[in-house]
Order: sequence, then structure tokens, then C-alpha cells
Amino acid sequence: MAIPRSRMASLAGGFMARGRKLVVVAILVPALGVLDGCATAGGIGNPKDPIEGFNRAVFAFNDGVDKAVFKPVAQGYVAALPYPVRLGVSNFFGNIADVFIAVNNLLQGKLPAALGDAGRVAVNSTFGLLGLFDVATDAGLEKHDEDFGQTFGRWGVPGGPYVVLPFLGPRTTRDAFAQILDSKTDPITQLDRISSRNSLMATRIIGERADFLPTDKIIDEAALDRYSYVRDAYLQRRRSKIYDGNAPREKEDDAQFDDGLKYVLLQPPRNAVSLVKRPVDPEQAVTLIAGTPAADERQ
Amino acid sequence: MKLAYLLLAGFSLLLPAAANAQKSPADLPPDQLIRNVTNEVLEIVRTDKDIQSGNSKRVIDLVEAKVLTHFNFTRMTQLAMARDWRIASPAQQKTLTDEFRTLLVRTYSKALTEYKNQAIEFKPFSIKGEDTDARVRTQIIQSGAKPIALDYFLEKQPQGWKVYDIEVGGISLVTNYRESFASEVRKSGIDGLIASLHAKNRGTDKQ
Repeated sequence: MAIPRSRMASLAGGFMARGRKLVVVAILVPALGVLDGCATAGGIGNPKDPIEGFNRAVFAFNDGVDKAVFKPVAQGYVAALPYPVRLGVSNFFGNIADVFIAVNNLLQGKLPAALGDAGRVAVNSTFGLLGLFDVATDAGLEKHDEDFGQTFGRWGVPGGPYVVLPFLGPRTTRDAFAQILDSKTDPITQLDRISSRNSLMATRIIGERADFLPTDKIIDEAALDRYSYVRDAYLQRRRSKIYDGNAPREKEDDAQFDDGLKYVLLQPPRNAVSLVKRPVDPEQAVTLIAGTPAADERQ
Repeated sequence: MKLAYLLLAGFSLLLPAAANAQKSPADLPPDQLIRNVTNEVLEIVRTDKDIQSGNSKRVIDLVEAKVLTHFNFTRMTQLAMARDWRIASPAQQKTLTDEFRTLLVRTYSKALTEYKNQAIEFKPFSIKGEDTDARVRTQIIQSGAKPIALDYFLEKQPQGWKVYDIEVGGISLVTNYRESFASEVRKSGIDGLIASLHAKNRGTDKQ
């Protein structure tokens, strides 16, 4: 199982102090370099996964690292700390994440959502005792989930080939690059004291890994082939997130679904307000672009 | 990657989605059907000590009894097979459906043993009289995290509404198999896919 998005990059970067960007780029460049080599050699491969051979190797490597390090540590964490404490930890980091979720919502022109995120931070940082309690959710301010990869997707940047990065796990090429921005804007990476920064990052990674410990069993149970199950779930999930959960259905006989970016969609928002006034319905946009009735998408 | 967590939460709550064998007259609207089944199954899971201690046999029994009658497994298999469905013979289609059904049921049952009292919220639903296809939206509420969308896709059949797909956080549990099925068929044909499904199901049996 891969490590939660953006966290490992942050950690790797954290240890290198100012070399953050370099670390991510150093991981990305060789990964992308292989693209050309494998794309032609694969024969009838999956067009979304042109470097499947490479990806499978990295996937196996990540699994090994996970089994050796992250999973045992996460299991220890669950065993050592009671649920309310772990919830507090996860709320604390969730509150920090809300800051840049707000920024991304703003960049996507979703002003009400951005305001909601800002409200969450305000409420949780105060009444929620520095984010330890998620009182904002109870107060009806819904948590969102945004990152720069989604923002770029929303702007029409295609996902590009699927790639499994060492330590970081599955990404589309677009998301891999967007992650540099994610980790640059991550408040925790901005901390000056390196020791606090590193321990906060490590805690965050362990907490997030612990959150999905039980899922390992289920993926093992469900997957005919773990690698492609995780890949396809990841791609579907990213696609859905870019549409904020309202992605049009894939065509029934079209085995080649992409992550929505072929169709997408929106122009970069010229100004946030006009987009808010006239939100674009993804299905409608697809209809306009593809010229097919949205109803066909459902079949 | 929150993906895995999400799959877990989704799986563990979707079973509930389809139960309610006794009081499901054919004319029960889709949202009501999902609601009844969810409530009924979750109630059983919450109160059954065996299930909570992870007795998978018992969960499978519960799923068999309450959930499966509301699923259209043929349609699900067809969706997962995409183009390859047409090149399978009727006998192969039947075998594929049986194997895929077993795989899904085992997965769901496993997930149900991981259920931890999360609340389910039903989103507003509307349908026109002549509609034969419906999407029932629900979400799983959890503290400190974005709610997970859990959507059911149903179509109207003579025997009532039947679920043909479920999306957890935008991941279709049916079409997620498309690529692996297709690549298996490319490699070793329909019978090859049947063989690996069979092996998978038998392998899981042993655990």
C-alpha cells in the first residue's frame, strides 16, 4: 500500500531542508524518462499505463517498504493509542490541510466552498482547540478534498500516463508534478525548526497509514490482480474528484476510460465570481464538447 | 492515499445497501429499497456478536439472505466484461457471472466485518414515473474527514428495482474490474479469465 498522497514527498523534502523540490524532481525525472522506452515495447498494453512494467516493479518495491516499515509502525500506533487520541491527531492535520484546500477551491473558482474551508479553519482552530476537534463538521461546514492536481485537472490539464512513484505510490503524471506545489504550500514544510517539522510529518504519515490498515485485507480479497485493482481505483477516484463526485458514467462497452481529462471541461476561471454565478455542470460540458447526449453516457 | 480507506468504508457499508427480502414488493421505489436494506442489515451487524468478532461465514449468510436478491449479477458481470461479454458463449457467461458473484459477495462480506458504526446519510432523491434507471446517493459520515459518497445504480426489472453498480467515492466496484478482466482475456481468453476467477475464489476459500 502506498503512502498517502503528498505526505511522503513532504517528508523526503523535509529531511533535505531546502532541497525539497529537488527530491521530488529527482524521483520524477527518471520515472518519466522510462516512458518512451516502454511505450513501444509493450505491444497491446493499456494506453493509460504505458510503462506498466516499470510501474509494477515500483509497486512491488513500495509494497515491500510498506510491509517492512510503514505498516508495522502504523499497527503499533493503533495498538498504543486509543481512538480519541488518534482522531485528535487526524483532525489536527485535517485542519492544517483545510488551509490549502481553501486555496485550491479558490483557484477552481468555487468561492462558497473556499469560504466554507476558511470557516472550518477558523472554527476548528479556536473552538476546536487548535484543530484537535472537528467541531466545524458538527456545525454543518462540510470538509472538502482538493489539491493542485485536481485544480489543474479542472483547468483542463490532461492526466497523462499513470506512474507509480517510489515511496509516493500511484499518480497521474499531472498529479506527480502538481505535488511539488502541494508540498511547497504545505504549512508543515514551512516550519523553521527541522526537528518539529520532521516529527510532525512522520506523525501525519503514520496516522494516515493507520487509517486504512483494515483496507489492505479488503483489497486482497477483492483484487484479481492487486496492481491493476489499485491502479484503476486510483484513476477512477481522481477522475471523480476532479468532477467533485459528479463524473459522468463511463460508456458500457468502452473499456478505455480515462480520468476524465480528455473531456474536461473548464477554462481556467477568468474570475472566480463569474464561475460561481454560473457553475458548469460537467455532464452538460461533456455533452457540449462531445456532441453526444448525456443520457448516452449512462448506458 | 486515502483511497484504500475509502474502499474499506465503502465496502463495509454497501452490503447493507441491498437487503430486505421480506418487505420488498416489486413496486418499492429505489431510494426506499436502499434505505430499508441499509437499515436492516446495519442493525443486524450492530447487534450480532458473531459478526462483530469477524465470523465471515455468518456475514456471508446474512448477505445471501438479505442482499443478493436485489442485485443483478448478470448485468454487473456484463458491465465488468465490457466488449468481451459478447465473445463469451452463453455457458461461459453463466460461469463468469457465478464466479464474479462469489468474488463480490466475499469481498462485501469481508468489508462488513470491518464496519465501525459510521452513520449513513441519504441524499434527496427524485424520480419520474417512467424512469427505468435510477441513482440513489448516500454518504458515509465520519469525523474529521470528507464524507464518502456511496451511490447505488439501479434499473427497473419486472421483479422490482435491481442494483447493477455501486460507486464508492467515485470508484465503481464493478467497472474497476474492467481492465484486469480485459487483460486476462487478451492473455488467455475467456476460459483463462474463468480459470483465474475460479482460482481466486478457491484461494480465498482456504484462508
